[in-house]
Amino acid sequence: MPERRRIPTLPARLTDRLPARLAALRTPADPGFWRSPVRGARFTAVLGVVLLVGLTLVFVTGLLSYAAYNPDLDPVNDKTPAKGWLGFYLFAWPTGPHWLYRLTQALHVTVGIVLVPVLLAKLWSVVPRLFALPPARSVGHALERLSVLLLVGGALFQFLTGLLNIQLDYLFPGSFYTLHFYGAWVFLAGFVTHVALKLPQAVRVLRSGGIRRGEPDTLAAPDPLPATLSRRGALVMVGAGSLLLLITSAGRSFDGPLRRIALLTPRGGTDQGPGPNAFQVNKTAAAVRITPADTGERWRLTVRGPVGELRFSRTELLAMEQHTAALPIACVEGWSTSDQLWRGVRLSDLAALAGYPDSPPDLFVESLQRSGSFRKAALRGNQVRDGRSLLALEVNGAPLSPDHGYPARIIVPAAPGVLNTKWVETLTFGEL
Amino acid sequence: MSTPTAPRRPRLSVRRLVRRWYGEGPLHLLLLAATFCLAGYAGVRLLDGDTLGVLLWFAGSAVLHDLVLLPVYAGADRALRAALGPRRDLVNFVRVPVFLSGLLLLIWFPLITRRTERRYVAASGTSPDLYLSNWLLITGALFALSAFWLLVRALRSRTAGRGRGRRSATKDRPSALH
Repeated sequence: MPERRRIPTLPARLTDRLPARLAALRTPADPGFWRSPVRGARFTAVLGVVLLVGLTLVFVTGLLSYAAYNPDLDPVNDKTPAKGWLGFYLFAWPTGPHWLYRLTQALHVTVGIVLVPVLLAKLWSVVPRLFALPPARSVGHALERLSVLLLVGGALFQFLTGLLNIQLDYLFPGSFYTLHFYGAWVFLAGFVTHVALKLPQAVRVLRSGGIRRGEPDTLAAPDPLPATLSRRGALVMVGAGSLLLLITSAGRSFDGPLRRIALLTPRGGTDQGPGPNAFQVNKTAAAVRITPADTGERWRLTVRGPVGELRFSRTELLAMEQHTAALPIACVEGWSTSDQLWRGVRLSDLAALAGYPDSPPDLFVESLQRSGSFRKAALRGNQVRDGRSLLALEVNGAPLSPDHGYPARIIVPAAPGVLNTKWVETLTFGEL
Repeated sequence: MSTPTAPRRPRLSVRRLVRRWYGEGPLHLLLLAATFCLAGYAGVRLLDGDTLGVLLWFAGSAVLHDLVLLPVYAGADRALRAALGPRRDLVNFVRVPVFLSGLLLLIWFPLITRRTERRYVAASGTSPDLYLSNWLLITGALFALSAFWLLVRALRSRTAGRGRGRRSATKDRPSALH
C-alpha cells in the first residue's frame, strides 16, 4: 500500500500518532461515532411518550378542525373533496359550547408549536439508527424502516406546512388544506405502527428505570464523552424550549395583556388598542378590494327561499328585531379573539321571512368579496337554528367597521372564522 | 396454544415460516401491511397535483433535517466545546440561550425576517415589524439571564471557597447538572 511506504518518511511525532488517528476515524455507521453521553433508551422513551400524547392531541384536534368546516354539507366548504373514506368520522359540527373551535384550534396550533423542540430532540436521540449498517436485517426490518420514513417525513412535513401556513408563507407545493389533511393521514400510518412496535419497550424502560439487566442500551453511546449536561439536564433544556414557545405564543388566543405577552407568534405581541372594532381580523376590506361604493347606500341584502327573493337595505335590517350574542372569532391559524358583543338579526328570523317559519334549513351565504377562498360558505340547519347565530350589523355597541364586514356579516357560535362570512350579499335558505 | 404437558408434533408453523422468510413475527407483517395500505390511500391523494413537489417536500424535509440541520447544530455544539477548551463547565451558559434563541428563529423565520410582510398586513391590518425586535429582545434577555446566573454562581463559589483556599479555574471539574 502506498500509504505504508510513505509513513516512515513522515516526522516521528506524526507517525506515532497516525495509527491511533486512523483508528479514531469513524463513520456515522460506526456506533462509536456518536459520543454524546445524553443519548440512551430512557431519554428517547421520555420524549417518545410526550410525543405520543402530544401528537395524538394535535392529530385529533386537526380532524376536529376539518369536521368544524362541515365539509360534507356543500362543496364550497370542502377543500379535500377526494377524501373518500378519510372523512368517515365527519359529523354535524355543534354550536355549543360557543368557544369550542376557539379551544380545539388553539390546542392544535399551540401544542404543535410547543412540541417542536420535543420532536427535534427525539429525532436527535435516535439519529445513530439512521446510519446503522446493514440498512436492513430482513424484509420485515426493511419495511419497518420504510414506515419510519412515513413517520419522520410525515411529522416534519406536517410541522413545516403548519408553521408556514400560520405565518402566511405559502411556499408548499399546493393548497394547504389538501397537503395538511392528506399529509396527516400518511403521518398517522407511520405513527400508529411505530407506537405499536415501540411503546411496550418505552413503557418497560420507563417502569424499570432503565434497560433490562443484561440487555444492551443500543441508543446509548458505547464510547461517550465526559458529560457537560446530564440526561435530566437535557430534558430540562428541551422543556425550557417548549415553555418559552408556550409563553410567547399562547396569548394570541385572547385579547388584552395576554396577547401582548405573546411576543413571537402571528397576531401576537400587540393589542389593537381601544375601540369597539379594535380586535383581530382575518382579512381586511382593502385586501379583497371591498370599496365604500360596494357597501354604501346602494347595498342590499338578498334573501332567497320558498317565498322568492327578498331585498333589504341596512336600515330595514336595523328596524327588525335585534338580538345580541357574545361570541369570539377563532381562526384556523390558531389565533382567536375574546368574546365580542355582536348585535343583529337572527338567522332563524330571516329564514322565517324566506319561507321557513318553523324549522330553519341549511343556509348558503355569499359575500361581496369577488376573490379568495370562502367567499361562499354553507351553514348547517343546527347552526342556523341557534338563537346566537346572527346576521350581525353592530359589534360592541358600534356599527361594524369595514374590516369586520360592514354592512353585515355572519356570526355563528363555535364555527371556524372563515365560515363567519363578511360583507354578506346573498342568503339562500334551503336544504343543501 | 398447547399446554406444556401436551405432546407436540412437528408441524408447519405459520409463525415460524413468517419469521424465517420475513424476519419478524406475523403481527409485524400485518401491522405494516395495514400501514402501507393507509399511507397509500392517503398518499395518492396527497400526490395528486404537484406530485414531484410533494415528494420533494416529504422526503426532502427528512433529508434536510437529518443531513443538514442536525449536523449543523451538532457541529456548532462541538465547536463551542472546543472553543471553551478546559472551561467546559461554561458550556451550558452559552449552549442553553443559543438553543432557545435558535429554536425561536427556526420556527418563526418567515415572521422574523418579514418574508410575508405584505400578505400579513393585508390579512391582519397590522405590521409584523415588531417580531424582529421582539426576537432580539428575547435573545438578549436569555443571554443576560445566563450571564446573571453565571455571576451568581461565581460569587457563591468565591464565598464558599474562601475558607478552603483558592482553586485555580482550570482545575475546576465540570459539575454535572442533576
